[in-house]
Amino acid sequence: MQITVTTQAGVTIAALVGRMDAMTTVEFDRWLAEQLTNGETRFVLDMHGLEYISSAGLRSLLAAAKQVKTKNGALLLCNLGGTVEEVFRISGFLAILPSFPNVEEACVSLA
Amino acid sequence: MTFDTLKCAATLENLNQVIEFVEEAADRFQLATKKKLGMLIAVEEAFVNVCHYAYPDAEGDASISCGNDNGAFVVEIADSGAPFDVLSLPAPDTTSDIMDRQIGGLGVHFIRTLTDQVSYRREEGNNILQMILHKAEDTPP
Repeated sequence: MQITVTTQAGVTIAALVGRMDAMTTVEFDRWLAEQLTNGETRFVLDMHGLEYISSAGLRSLLAAAKQVKTKNGALLLCNLGGTVEEVFRISGFLAILPSFPNVEEACVSLA
Repeated sequence: MTFDTLKCAATLENLNQVIEFVEEAADRFQLATKKKLGMLIAVEEAFVNVCHYAYPDAEGDASISCGNDNGAFVVEIADSGAPFDVLSLPAPDTTSDIMDRQIGGLGVHFIRTLTDQVSYRREEGNNILQMILHKAEDTPP
């Protein structure tokens, strides 16, 4: 999995590309831990390039969202589509992780 | 019935190999992309379950067979651990709020939801989980 990061007005925008499975999701965990250590608390995850996510990936996102919440931050998703969106839907995760059609609208909601 | 079989140690390091094996078979079968991705998630969940739970005190193997059975794409994942039917697990919590949400059981929920048919059997000392996808976009009742 690749994570490409940009920042915009205090919001960390991370494009996740590739697969979030039982082997690769640890890369996201490591990245988020670094960000939290650096004091970042507001995140938008751009899922456009994410081809695949399993329950291991969801577990990791849930843990991330809980950590961010305890720091009064925010973790938003955007650009969900295809099978990845279906996985979010059937797991009920769309109800607990805020999701937006694109990066701009996610950022606006944090302004 | 023409089935290919991959036998490997039940460790997460082999997840990629398992997924690629099933994906190649699904491509030969010409399973639609959406169905194929769903099946790959179900296969990951089943294989990861075997890795985590089938052999608590030892190492063991998993055997993955897949292929065409009368026009349906069939994947079977077998282990020789203690008898355990993953389908006996209760449905997961998919409604509570973020701080109370637990992830347990979501894997088997995906296995049930992303396949057209799933069944468990105990055969010759093996747990066998069989997952079936039909070729057509529409899921038969």
